[in-house]
Amino acid sequence: MRWISASLMGVVWLFAASAAQARETLTIYTYESFTAEWGPGPAVKKTFEEHCRCELKFVAVADGVALLNRLRLEGAETDADIVLGLDTNLIHEAKETGLFAPHGIDPGKVKVPGGFSDDVFVPYDYGYFAFVYDTQALEAPPQSLKALVEADSALKIAIQDPRTSTPGLGLLLWMKAVFGEEAADAWAKLGDKVLTVTPGWSESYGLFTNGEVPMVLSYTTSPAYHRIVEGTERYRAAAFAEGHYLQVEVAAKTVKGADNPLAETFLAFMIGPGFQDVIPETNWMFPAGETSQPLDPVFETLVTPAETLIFPPEVVAENRKAWVEEWLSVLSR
Amino acid sequence: MAVGPEPLKARPAGAGRVAAGALALAAIGLLVGGAFAGLAFEALGAWQGALSAFDSYLLRVARFTLWQAALSTLLSVGPALLVARALARHPRFFGRGLILQLFALPLALPAIVAALGVLALYGRAGYFAPLFSALAGERWPGIYGLSGILVAHMFFNLPLAARLFLAALENVPADQWRLSAQLGMGAVSSFRFIEWPVLRNALPGVAGLVFMLCATSFTIVLTLGGGPGATTLEVAIYQALRFDFDPARAIALTLAQVALTGLVVAMLARLGAAMTGDASLPVAPRRALFPGRVERGFNAAVILLSLAFVAGPMAATVAAGLRADLARLAGEGAVIAATATSLVLSALAALLCLLLSLSLVMARRALELRRRAAAPGLLERLSDTGAMMVLIVPPIVIGAGWFILLRHVGDVFAFAPAMVVTVNAVMAMPFAIRAIRPAHDAASARHEKLCLSLGIAGWNRLRLVDWPALRRPAATALAFAMALSLGDLGVIALFGSDRVQTLPFLLLQRMGSYRTADAAGIALFLGVLCLALMFAAGRWGREKP
Repeated sequence: MRWISASLMGVVWLFAASAAQARETLTIYTYESFTAEWGPGPAVKKTFEEHCRCELKFVAVADGVALLNRLRLEGAETDADIVLGLDTNLIHEAKETGLFAPHGIDPGKVKVPGGFSDDVFVPYDYGYFAFVYDTQALEAPPQSLKALVEADSALKIAIQDPRTSTPGLGLLLWMKAVFGEEAADAWAKLGDKVLTVTPGWSESYGLFTNGEVPMVLSYTTSPAYHRIVEGTERYRAAAFAEGHYLQVEVAAKTVKGADNPLAETFLAFMIGPGFQDVIPETNWMFPAGETSQPLDPVFETLVTPAETLIFPPEVVAENRKAWVEEWLSVLSR
Repeated sequence: MAVGPEPLKARPAGAGRVAAGALALAAIGLLVGGAFAGLAFEALGAWQGALSAFDSYLLRVARFTLWQAALSTLLSVGPALLVARALARHPRFFGRGLILQLFALPLALPAIVAALGVLALYGRAGYFAPLFSALAGERWPGIYGLSGILVAHMFFNLPLAARLFLAALENVPADQWRLSAQLGMGAVSSFRFIEWPVLRNALPGVAGLVFMLCATSFTIVLTLGGGPGATTLEVAIYQALRFDFDPARAIALTLAQVALTGLVVAMLARLGAAMTGDASLPVAPRRALFPGRVERGFNAAVILLSLAFVAGPMAATVAAGLRADLARLAGEGAVIAATATSLVLSALAALLCLLLSLSLVMARRALELRRRAAAPGLLERLSDTGAMMVLIVPPIVIGAGWFILLRHVGDVFAFAPAMVVTVNAVMAMPFAIRAIRPAHDAASARHEKLCLSLGIAGWNRLRLVDWPALRRPAATALAFAMALSLGDLGVIALFGSDRVQTLPFLLLQRMGSYRTADAAGIALFLGVLCLALMFAAGRWGREKP
């Protein structure tokens, strides 16, 4: 069995080697909304290809978690030079695979709240989780997470399941960061406000825009989409006094990519204006690097968190299972 | 069997048919087995997850899975019996053809579209919310919880079961209806002596199918369940393969799901009774049905109620779709390409499905004839319920398993279209088999002796004897398979290939990036496409050969 796969690998390697000689190629694994026609992918590809005179190839999977799983399944034989689209909650597990190589990027060029810095992963954008509300259905949204937890049960929200969704996990961590040991009690109190828990962000947001719930777990940047693309101020994010939980999206080169000089070139390009300029209005996140022009003024009107909440990746990796189980036992009652 | 065929000396009857069926079974076995092999290979290093899977969480989840599936089945299949009977008794009911085509539509809708459709009526902000609020005297909270799950499952499965029961009822020979009319049988006696035996024969298969579909429900259960208390095994499997990335645990959970669901389906099979085929050729020109006035009123009420129940969420989906910028959507390159991809893939899947299902149905019948009165053998059982079990292996497991296998061979994405076609074809088989088998077995009971005595076999027999009887159910099966494949997303999503962009893929992609109006427009598009296919299949099935 082993020699078969070894010889197959040899053949694949030969093909790969001849292909590389024909044309310089950089393969990036990312998530689907990045490569969608309205996502950052098309513009990034165009600018980078002009910049490097090479070919940039995107391979897209469903989301960040699927991205990591894809890499785990492929192991050392992966085609990826760069993996773009993991978030901080995944990087501990990603490092444990041993498939990533350290970068040589100057950390001073990246600005992320809370000063994230890592020798393997480079941030390219960030955002805050927030409850977005419909101003036509809710006049006075809660001013803090505590107020939401203790609100009257007439207020209904839709949230996502931390077992299947990234924002769902985000809320779990947010609650833990604010309530600590009392998180279970807080979840029990929040329970009667939760109209439903959906498997992913799309389902909850669909319920929200259909008017089923006046408030939904999303991002502080969601209202920017509605204002810039749809021209409506109907949807706003509620600013919470305790602060908002941060999500940082990162990229890294793989061990395979370490042999491809284009990988390092791309990481440097990624934190510059050629990449960062398109992020705000295509990925609807805040740029982690320098942009050539100031952002659309709408971004200044968004909620600026009083405090940035985030757990170190190791803490998340260590406690995720236990915290999800705690959440389950409280909300299943 | 009333009369068995005379055994031939050289070759047992239907050896070719049995071989074809065995081949079809092998294909299914390969698909499922390959997936397990791939995952098992990956799990070798960390098999402990398999043991830790069996905890109190699993127990609770398994209990809920079976409970909601049992209730959903009961609530879908019971009314479906009435609806099918009403439709069978009124072949000229106004708009009957359109109703039947509408009944196949829910299958083609991605679960989230159906969930939103159901909520548009019965949700917290649904059309009926003001009425329910007034009746209850407080703000209507929406049908979240078990009731929501049940209503959504009924929306999917009641029309499906009704169509399958109707397919069985349509095989009642015209002579029996004439006899019943001549004897002056009322609604009750004709139900007891003519319809119930046929329905009872079809019941275990249909109920088993519905049970499996409900047991493996995922998006509906989570979205409408209202909280993590409503969790199915399918969710646990998904969780194990996603955040936890624990293939061993995923295998253990899948096996638990197969075992539990298999047990229930086997128990259901005991409810059925073997039917004695009618070996005489029908001579009556058409069905003689003379329902009385009371029965006519009752049947019309049953049909209209079920129609309202099914059409309601669909109307809401259409209303939402009409608000989208349809002209722009229809002109978009991505939408046109996705439509073409969806049509080609689902047409191929439907054809493959028909081929495999026909082989299995014929093989099962040949085996049944061969054994005469003895108990059915393993191969016969496998070619019946065995093929259905593929429905309870989650697509994510099949996708991940085959991904692991194929990546050693080459570019996984080169296989993606073939994978999608194969998986969809196999997943649609249980539906196709249910649609084809009653007609095939009834025809076989009539023609088997004749064919033997005239020495008609093989291709000629298929063309001249079996096909005329099978044409109509085959069209139904094709339509079902195509609808199912059109709406399917599971395997494609896991393969994570943006090279195979189908309409449901596009729909979810738009929904996932704030473009809800576009998504609603695409859902409408998908529905219209499916209705057009149903219409074509209906025409093709009716046409005289």
